[in-house]
Amino acid sequence: MADEKQNGKRWVGASLPRKEESRLLRGLGKFADDIKLREMLYLRFVRSPYAHARIVSVDTSAAEALPGVACVLTGAEIAAQTQPFIEIGPGPAQNIKDYPLAVTRARYQGEPVAAVVADSAALADDAAELVQVEYEALDPVMDAEDALTDKSILHEGAATNQVWNGVWEFGDVEQAFRDAAYVVNIDRMHFHRFSSTPLENNVVIGQWDPKDEHIYYQCNNSFPSFAVQFLSSHLGVPIDRIRVQTADIGGSFGIKITSYPQMAVCALASKKAGGRPVKWVESRSEHMVSSAHGNERTFRKTRVALDRDGVITAIDSHHIDDCGAYPRYEPLGCVIWSQVFPGVYRFKNARIDFTQAVTNKCPVGPNRGYSRMQHLWFLERVVDICAHQIGIPADEMRLKNYVRPEEFPYLTPNGCIYDSGNYPKMLEVGKKLIGWDDWKAKQAAARAEGRLIGIGIGTTLDSGTNNFGQSQIVNPYAPFSGNSQGANCKLDIYGEVVVAVGSCPQGQGHETTAAQVVADVLGIHPDKITVRTGFDTERNVHTGFSGTYASQFAVSGLSAVHGAAQKLKAEMKRLAGHVLETTEDDLEFGSGEQGPEVRAKSTGKSINYWGLANIVNVNSAVLPEEMYDVTLNCRYVWRAPFKVPDKERKYGQLTLTYASQLHIAVMEVDRETFIPKILDYVAVDDCGTVINPPIVEGQVYGATAHGIGAALMESCVYDEVGNMLTSTFSDYIPITAVNMPKVKYGHVCTPSPHSYSGAKGMGEGGAAPIHTISAALQDALYASGVFIHDSFNNADSIFRVLAKKEGGQLAELVKLEKRAQANGATK
Amino acid sequence: MPETAMPETIEKISVTLKVNGKEYQRLVEPRMLLVEFLREELDLTGTHVGCDTTYCGACTVLMNGASVKSCTTFAVQADGAELLTVEGLAHNGELHPIQKAFGDAYGLQCGYCTPGLLISTYQLLEHNTSPNEKDIRKAIAGNTCRCTGYQNIFKAIQLAADNRKGA
Ligand code: FES
Ligand code: FES
Repeated sequence: MADEKQNGKRWVGASLPRKEESRLLRGLGKFADDIKLREMLYLRFVRSPYAHARIVSVDTSAAEALPGVACVLTGAEIAAQTQPFIEIGPGPAQNIKDYPLAVTRARYQGEPVAAVVADSAALADDAAELVQVEYEALDPVMDAEDALTDKSILHEGAATNQVWNGVWEFGDVEQAFRDAAYVVNIDRMHFHRFSSTPLENNVVIGQWDPKDEHIYYQCNNSFPSFAVQFLSSHLGVPIDRIRVQTADIGGSFGIKITSYPQMAVCALASKKAGGRPVKWVESRSEHMVSSAHGNERTFRKTRVALDRDGVITAIDSHHIDDCGAYPRYEPLGCVIWSQVFPGVYRFKNARIDFTQAVTNKCPVGPNRGYSRMQHLWFLERVVDICAHQIGIPADEMRLKNYVRPEEFPYLTPNGCIYDSGNYPKMLEVGKKLIGWDDWKAKQAAARAEGRLIGIGIGTTLDSGTNNFGQSQIVNPYAPFSGNSQGANCKLDIYGEVVVAVGSCPQGQGHETTAAQVVADVLGIHPDKITVRTGFDTERNVHTGFSGTYASQFAVSGLSAVHGAAQKLKAEMKRLAGHVLETTEDDLEFGSGEQGPEVRAKSTGKSINYWGLANIVNVNSAVLPEEMYDVTLNCRYVWRAPFKVPDKERKYGQLTLTYASQLHIAVMEVDRETFIPKILDYVAVDDCGTVINPPIVEGQVYGATAHGIGAALMESCVYDEVGNMLTSTFSDYIPITAVNMPKVKYGHVCTPSPHSYSGAKGMGEGGAAPIHTISAALQDALYASGVFIHDSFNNADSIFRVLAKKEGGQLAELVKLEKRAQANGATK
Repeated sequence: MPETAMPETIEKISVTLKVNGKEYQRLVEPRMLLVEFLREELDLTGTHVGCDTTYCGACTVLMNGASVKSCTTFAVQADGAELLTVEGLAHNGELHPIQKAFGDAYGLQCGYCTPGLLISTYQLLEHNTSPNEKDIRKAIAGNTCRCTGYQNIFKAIQLAADNRKGA
C-alpha cells in the first residue's frame, strides 16, 4: 500500500490540474442562467431614467393587461409588506429607508422602480415598456464633497447626506510636523469609480413556495450567508426557511455580494404569482448602471512630514468616500481601509479624518481590493510624490520607508499585526525581472530625445480574513465580530470521501485546493475526493461569514477543510483500531488494492473505506456501543483567533494575513496622441505558502488585468445630471487581449505564522497596477509639471492635463516646505 | 395611458439547422437571437451571454465555418446553417486538443468566457497553423475574459497550435 503522494511530495504545493476543468471546458458548467424550472416566470425591472426624482405615479394597468403577464410589483407594494433592509451605519444613517424597488423617490439612474413578471423573457420586456411612471425631477448630487453641503438631501429621514465620519489618530502627529525637515502639502487627489464587472451578470431564480412557506433561491450571489441575514429581516421570513444554492459562478470580484435586493424582488414576485419560480437575468447594461461600483474616494488637504533623509514621519489627511445612493454593505468600507492603515510603511504618526457621503450614483459594493486599494493608492501617491519633490530615487525612497523584514510580525500604529513579509526582497526580485538598470539607461537616452518615459513602483497589500469586529468601530451596536468558516468531511455510505465547504467559488479552484488538503491528511489521491460544487445553506456547513470574498479561502476555507479532515481521520482511526484489533499508533493511511484504506503496520491487515463506512451506516449492529458517537461525517468550524477591537481608539487586529505585491511598470506617453503605453511590466507576489502555484499565478494575472484596466481604460463616468455615460461594455471598455501587456511574474515566499499551512489569503491583489501605473506616469510627466492626482489616466485625461493644463498641475496641487532642519539632508 | 398596444400574436417562423452534427427544427419568433435559440430551444447552455453590445464574445459559435457572435445573429438568419458550439468539440467523450490545451495551460478560471474562446481558437487554427503572439491576440480581441488577465490564454492557444503541428 502506498501513501499516494505527488512524486513523494505533499499535494499541498503541487501544480495539480483543476478538478473544475472537465465540466467547464465542455460547456457543461452549472451556471445559474442555465437552470430552467417548471412553470418558471421571467422578471424585468422598470428603471428610473433620472438620477434623482420624485415618483409621482406608477401605472401598471397596461402591462398587467398583456396576455402572459403574471403580475407587476411596485415599490409601494413592497414597502407595505416588508421592512426596509438593515442599515449598518449609526445615528442618522439608521433612518435611511432602503427597499429593493424605489418607493417615493428614485436616487440613481437605473434604480428599479417596478418589476414585471411574465411567461417569457421577451414578454416581460414588452410588458415593462407598458409601465407608465411619472417622475418629477429633483436636483442630482453627483459629487461627495457637494453632497456634504446638504443642499439637496437624498434620504429625507436621515436629513443629511453624511453617512459616517470618524477620526483615526495615532502617535504624536503635531510633534512630528514640528520636527519635520520637509513638509509636503497635497491639496487634492481622487480615486475613481470603476467595477470589475464579472463576465457573467447577476442571476436570481427565486421561489416563494406556498407548499412549505420556504423561499428557494438558485443564484450566483457570492456571500449567501450575508444575503440571507438581510433577506430574513426584510421579508419577515425565518432564516431557516430561506435556502440559497449556488453552483458555478462566472466571476464576482465582490460585486455579486450585492444582489440581495434583486433576490428579495424575485421572492416577492413569486409570492404574488402564486408560488411560481421567478427568474431574473441581469443584462450587461443593467449591471453597469445598477449592480454595484467600487468606492470612489477623494483625499483632501494632505500633509506629509519627512525627516532630512526622506523618511516619512507623519501623515495628516481628510478622506471623503462616495458610496452612491444607498450605503447597503457600506459603511463597512469606512473602516476596512484601516486594515492597511500604514500600507507597507513604517511611519507611526498619522491622523486620517474619514467621511462617507451618499450621492445620486449607483450604490457601491465590495470590488476586488475593496476599500483598501483606495487607501493604498493614496499612500503610494504620497510616497511617490514626496520622493519626486525631495529628489530621492523611487527605489531608495521605498527602501527607506518600508517595514523591515526583521520587524515581522509587525504591529501597526492602529493595532493590526502584519504576519510576515519581505518588501525589500520583492523590490530586488522585481528590479531584476524588469531589468531596472537597463531601463534606467534607456529612459535617460529616450528623455534626451524628448520622449516621455517613466518607471514606476507600486507596493501594496492584500489583507485577508477579516475580523468582523471592525464593524463595531463603525457602529458600536453592530452584532458582529471574529470570523469563521465551516466544512464537512465524510465517508459516504459506500466509503466515498466527500467534502463540502461554505465557500462559493467563482473560478478560484476551491474544489481542487480543498481536495489537495484532504488528500494530504488521508494519504490518497485528490481524484478520489469529491468536493461539492458551490454553496448550499442546506448542506449545513456554513457559518454566518460563509461565502467567497476578501481574500481568505486559503486561510479560513482550507483551515476548515483541514480541521474537518483531521476530525474524520481521528474517527476512522478509532474505528479501524477496533476492527483491526490494534492500537491507533499502529495504523497507517493510504491506498491499497481495494482503494483507500487504513492498515495495521504490525499485522498487515487492512480495512478499506467501504468497510469502515459500511459498519457505521448499514451494518451498525457490529458497532460496539462505546463507538456510537462515530459518524464518519464530521463538521468542523474554524475560527480566527480575534478579539473585539477597541472601538474608541479604533485599535486592534483587523485582519489575519497580509499578502503583498510589488509591481513595476515602464510606460511611455506618446507626445502626439497622449496615449499611455506600457512598455514592460513585472508583478511580484508573496502570499506565503502556495497551495497550488498555477492557481495563485492565475489570480495574480487576473488582478493585474483588473488593475491595468482600471488605471487606463475603465471608469464609471456620469455627466453632471447623473446620466451614466459608460453603461455598456462598448463604452466602459473592459480590458481585452489586445490591450493587456505581457506580465513577467515573480514570486517571494514568507510563510504566514497565522495560518496552519503558512498560506495567506490572496486574489484581490491590492490594486497594485493602479499604484504602479500612476507612479510610472508621474515619473514620465513630472518634468512637465504634471501631478498624477487621479487614479484614472487615459489619453484624454493626459491630454487635458498636459496640453490644456486643465487640473493636475503640480505647482497648484503640491507644495514642498523645506524647514531649517532640512539643511544638510542627504540627497 | 400608453399609446401602443402590443400585437396579439407574433407570427412564428420555422428554422431548420444543424448543430454539432444534429439537425433541429423549431418555430420561433423572428426576434429570437441565435444564442437564445441555442440556450432556450435546444438547451445547449454552454454558449453564454456576457454583454448586450457585441463586445464580449461569450456567445461565439461557428456558423458555416466562420465564427459569429450568436447574440448578434437572429435565429432565423441561421436557417439552413451548420453550427459548431462548445458542446460539439469533444469527440466520444475525449476533449478536443484545444480544450486540453486550455486545461493544461490553466487558461480558465470561472470558465464563463471559455466556450467562446475555444471557438475563436478553433477558428484561428483552422486558418493559421502557426500563429504568432500578435495573431493570437487579434484572434481573441473580441473575447473578453475578466478572470485570467489573458496570460494563460495566450499560452493555451500557443500550446494548442504547437500540439497540432506536432500531431
Ligand atoms: S454576449 Fe455576444 S458579444 Fe457579448
Ligand atoms: S475565466 Fe472567467 S471570464 Fe474568463
